[in-house]
Amino acid sequence: MASSARSTFTGYLSRHGLQLVAGMVLVTGAAFLAVIPPRFIGAIVDDVNAGAPYGSIVVLSLGMVGVAALEAILRGLGRYQVIDASRVVEYEMRNDLLSHLQRMHLAYFQHQRIGDLMARLTNDLTAVRQMYGFGVLMTTGTTATLVFSIASMLQVNVKLTVITLVLMPVASASFWAIGRKVNRKFQQLQAQFGDLSTKAQENFSGIRVVKAYSQEEPEIEAFGEVNAEYVRRAIDLAKFNGLIWPAMALIIGVAVLATLYVGGIDAISGDMTIGQLVQFVAYLYLLQWPMIAFGEITNIFQQGWASLNRLQDIFDARPAIADPIDPVPTAVRGEVEMRGVTFAYGSTIVLRDVSFRVPAGGSLAIVGPTGSGKSSLVNLIPRLFDAQRGEVLIDGVNVTRYPLRTLRRAVGYVPQETFLFSVPLRENVGYGREEELPADRLAWAADVAQLDKDVQDFPAGYDTMIGERGVTLSGGQKQRAAIARAVAKDPRVLILDDALSAVDTYTESEILRRLRGVMRERTSIVVSHRISTVKDADEILVLDEGRIAERGTHLALLERGGLYAQMYRRQLLEEELEVDEEQLAHERRVASESEAEPGRQMPRLPREGEMTEGPV
Amino acid sequence: MVMQGGGGGHSSGGAFQEDEIFGKAYDARMMRRLLHYVRPYTGRVVVSLVLLLLLSATQVAPPIIAKEIIDQAIAPAVGKQIPVAEGLSRLGLYGALYLAILLASSVLRYAQSLLTAIVGQEAMYDLRLELFRHLQFLPLSFYDRNPVGRLMTRITNDIDALIELVSKGVVSIFGDIFVLGAVMIAMLFLDIRLALVTFLAMPLLVGLTIYFRGMMRDSFRAIRIRLARVNAYLNETLSGMSVVQLFTREPRTFGQFDDLNRDLYRANVGAIRAMSTFQPTVNFTRAMTSAALFLAGGWWILQGEMTIGTLLAFWQLVEQFFRPVLDLAEKYNIMQAAMASSERVFRLLDTPRTIGDPPHPVELAHVRGEVRFDNVSFAYNEGDWVLRDVDFTIGAGESVAIVGATGAGKTSIISLISRFYDVQRGRILLDGTDIRDLRQRDLRRHIGVVLQDPFIFAGTIASNIRLNDETISDERVRAAAKFVNADRFIDRLPEGYETVVTERGSMLSVGQKQLLAFGRAIAFNPEILLVLDEATSSVDTETEHLIQDALEKLMRGRTSIVIAHRLSTIQNVDRIVVLHKGRVVETGTHRELLVGRGVYHRLYELQYRAHQVA
Ligand SMILES: Nc1ncnc2c1ncn2[C@@H]1O[C@H](COP(=O)(O)OP(=O)(O)O)[C@@H](O)[C@H]1O
Ligand SMILES: Nc1ncnc2c1ncn2[C@@H]1O[C@H](COP(=O)(O)OP(=O)(O)O)[C@@H](O)[C@H]1O
Ligand SMILES: [Mg+2]
Repeated sequence: MASSARSTFTGYLSRHGLQLVAGMVLVTGAAFLAVIPPRFIGAIVDDVNAGAPYGSIVVLSLGMVGVAALEAILRGLGRYQVIDASRVVEYEMRNDLLSHLQRMHLAYFQHQRIGDLMARLTNDLTAVRQMYGFGVLMTTGTTATLVFSIASMLQVNVKLTVITLVLMPVASASFWAIGRKVNRKFQQLQAQFGDLSTKAQENFSGIRVVKAYSQEEPEIEAFGEVNAEYVRRAIDLAKFNGLIWPAMALIIGVAVLATLYVGGIDAISGDMTIGQLVQFVAYLYLLQWPMIAFGEITNIFQQGWASLNRLQDIFDARPAIADPIDPVPTAVRGEVEMRGVTFAYGSTIVLRDVSFRVPAGGSLAIVGPTGSGKSSLVNLIPRLFDAQRGEVLIDGVNVTRYPLRTLRRAVGYVPQETFLFSVPLRENVGYGREEELPADRLAWAADVAQLDKDVQDFPAGYDTMIGERGVTLSGGQKQRAAIARAVAKDPRVLILDDALSAVDTYTESEILRRLRGVMRERTSIVVSHRISTVKDADEILVLDEGRIAERGTHLALLERGGLYAQMYRRQLLEEELEVDEEQLAHERRVASESEAEPGRQMPRLPREGEMTEGPV
Repeated sequence: MVMQGGGGGHSSGGAFQEDEIFGKAYDARMMRRLLHYVRPYTGRVVVSLVLLLLLSATQVAPPIIAKEIIDQAIAPAVGKQIPVAEGLSRLGLYGALYLAILLASSVLRYAQSLLTAIVGQEAMYDLRLELFRHLQFLPLSFYDRNPVGRLMTRITNDIDALIELVSKGVVSIFGDIFVLGAVMIAMLFLDIRLALVTFLAMPLLVGLTIYFRGMMRDSFRAIRIRLARVNAYLNETLSGMSVVQLFTREPRTFGQFDDLNRDLYRANVGAIRAMSTFQPTVNFTRAMTSAALFLAGGWWILQGEMTIGTLLAFWQLVEQFFRPVLDLAEKYNIMQAAMASSERVFRLLDTPRTIGDPPHPVELAHVRGEVRFDNVSFAYNEGDWVLRDVDFTIGAGESVAIVGATGAGKTSIISLISRFYDVQRGRILLDGTDIRDLRQRDLRRHIGVVLQDPFIFAGTIASNIRLNDETISDERVRAAAKFVNADRFIDRLPEGYETVVTERGSMLSVGQKQLLAFGRAIAFNPEILLVLDEATSSVDTETEHLIQDALEKLMRGRTSIVIAHRLSTIQNVDRIVVLHKGRVVETGTHRELLVGRGVYHRLYELQYRAHQVA
């Protein structure tokens, strides 16, 4: 892991190596120039003391300005190169991360919480960028300044240099020790920040429940506790964080004092001039920056490295569902088949030995109790998950052999829980298409999904923004938008996973009627709890605890008198109970008068048992 | 010293939709309001300011002592004006003083920084809690308009920006002013002429500050806007990744993201320029000032009008003079971010609690449970009526079903009974009392609502049933789960009722979530009113049937309101209210409505026929 983080680090580094090296050279040049002015200052002091002509002071002063100007230019250019490179790295990494995440399988996003991924893509990316930017900059500047200053100091006075250099490791060691403490406290604070965010997020997301159950006061109390702990840890951090500056001021001060004292003795004894003493102090001022910088640098690299490892976790994650090495280049007709499919989330098996075949253009319905595995089953077709055992086939070819793009283009999927994007409705409906959705196709898809009437009520029509900055759609509207989106894709296989649960019966029947037209030569797979939705399917599967308990047509299943028939009776008879014979006759009359397809037989209604236990 | 990149440092998971407010660096009105939160800590603030004053004195003292060391000890001893021994003893004396001041300075600095950190944290603890409390009591219409991410930013990052402001920004500005003042006084006191030479740098400094501030303001603002966009896009893409993949949108999504990301990089260029040139420019200005000092001071020393120590003291004081300017960028960033944050936070705090408790609430000692809609009209958005002149009464103990097409307004009726929203016209009465005259707590205590979208909190199965209410025993939790038939799937979970569910219950199927939410309503044992909004729409018929039986028992003696699309689920009710485009078009028993051959009849027919034509 560490080695792959290292190669990631050097990978981005080398891609911008030239720019970074140029920046580092420039900054090194600036550091070299920075040690020159103290010489001039020392010379000025000695000249003044010696009563030298004013002209030499003027020359030295102007020389100072010239050197400083050159230094500023080099430093400015150098900083620009390095910081710019770090921003480019950030830009590239952000793109690379998204591009990688787009290839990850669904289970990955269920295990990694979105909040956590976002934290990595924001906070951690920032820390990594700082490592490339200020980290590189400070390492270069600090090292160069240190080397040049110490070399110059040795030229001035070896004894003084040794004395002050003894202080350096003391300083760096203490900063390092404090820094470690600070880091630990900071981690603890961050963890608590996470808790604080989570607490707030949950509360805001579930505010309806909070209010419905009058949980406001307990929630405030709970938040108060998390908040108090956060403050406690923040103050704890401040106790150590606050040490850094005073400590560093003290150490620099002591170094200057030592120089003045020891150097003063030397000057008095004539071993050194006052000018040299001043020059020495000037070097100390130059050194004060590298001294704290070492603490900062370790900090930046420590945090940056930890963050890079967290990003590396993302890069290291391999998509469990990916394109095959030797894809089959076929167009999809739409025959869907499963052979002995067994599927589990981790160790929990949710589908056992499921087999079925839907010919291209056929229809399959799936019913079954909550949690029986219906969603899991249909998820296998567009490869949101892969089955552990058995085969999922389209046109007789295992789905894993298709390029994901081909497979998913061929499948129109309406998930149980609707997700729309905060873009105009038009774009949401046309989401699965490469190009802008033509107006007639949009109108057609909206009509199939019975969305058009709702849209007529929106002032901006199909340009209405969805979500945060636009309208709030009702549950049924969202589901219908999702259906329109899947239909607009013009798929070979359409999958509806309980996609009409929030739609009223009337609209539902309208949608189904239109879908039947659309689906004539396409394959459809519909999950539902409603008999009305599934009864026309060529085959109906009844799932129970992950197994196919019954299968057959509506009529066949009714005759069988099993789970399906039971479900049918419940849904039907309970309504009928209320109706007396006259009503029933009336209903039959209405039914036969209407445009209902003739020639179909009304099933014999099994009415034992259930009749008597119904309410009055 | 380390300049932070514009806006890059401060954001965290889940919170990315930014209001596009990007305040000024100083706003007197905001500042006054902020100070209000610091007021309880006035004592500590005063102590902190005193410490700062002392601190600035200890900061200008060392150069002055250094001057004395040179002028009184070293120079005279070198020049043989005093004996060497005398020089050395003076050197020791001044050295001791210097050390004492250094130590004092360090202690003062530490005490001061800790004190202000504590004040900042504690003051903002209060503000954060106040904000959270305020949010708890804001009406749902507020939550409809404000996405969770935005509220999260307010309560986390925005408050943190204010903590920074109180504990770093404001105080360091006072610190800077004190130090600048102290330095100027020291300079004037040392030598007026040289002081004036130094002050010549002032206009230059002010000019530089203004120039760079303008540069930073513009680019920081541009960066913040773009960063917010990048992160919002990222958040949405990650949340909807399955849709992105199912609809093979990866290339286009990536393309759009790249555009946003590139935009962000471009916006950064200005800031990079400012950040890379600012420090070298200030340093150069300082070098020029020093050169001017040596030019002028050298002349006067040669004339015998000034000591070398004085010149060197000035040289060191100039360092102090420039230091506050050097971290200008950081401070400016803190200030600007904090002002924008405070504006957003205060705007939230100023959002009126449009739904509040009345000053003199009516106490309902015995609730019978009669609910009456008295000519109610209601709109989520002004003028866009969702309910019109809705008028009906549900007798105590009666059970009523509301049916109608999607969007007819069924859920809205239910939200109104819980007073999640207030009606614009008409009244809603509980036992003859306007629900606006009741405490919300009292009202809601009597109502058990199962909402359309089940919400699952991170925690355990059990904690999702009892929420924060510890008085609900384990037995009651189990009984409630059994009642709604959730026990069957719960018992199969690895840890049963203690199984941990993650955020939003992602491991549970939708139907299972609905059952849990249902169990929650049962556990809270509402006294009179039970409201079910498609509570079992994703639950299979078998389970639903079992629930029906249980429900029947529960509904006995309680007023209940049921919404369902499946007519089969509403068969037990006493009466049916048919809603169409926000109006009540029919009410009556199932039989009456069928005979009436109206909307309900049509709905019924459809459903019925749907089954028959098979
Ligand atoms: N992402 C997941 N991780 C772990 N378990 C899951 C996940 N999704 C569903 N399950 C479990 O798998 C079982 C089948 O779920 P699902 O296919 O959604 O059922 P259905 O659609 O029939 O209601 C349930 O017990 C559910 O708790
Ligand atoms: N929070 C909301 N803000 C704005 N409009 C809303 C909101 N909730 C629902 N609506 C709108 O009000 C109408 C009625 O919605 P709703 O009461 O949910 O209908 P039903 O429950 O009958 O399906 C719909 O047009 C819907 O779009
Ligand atoms: Mg499902």
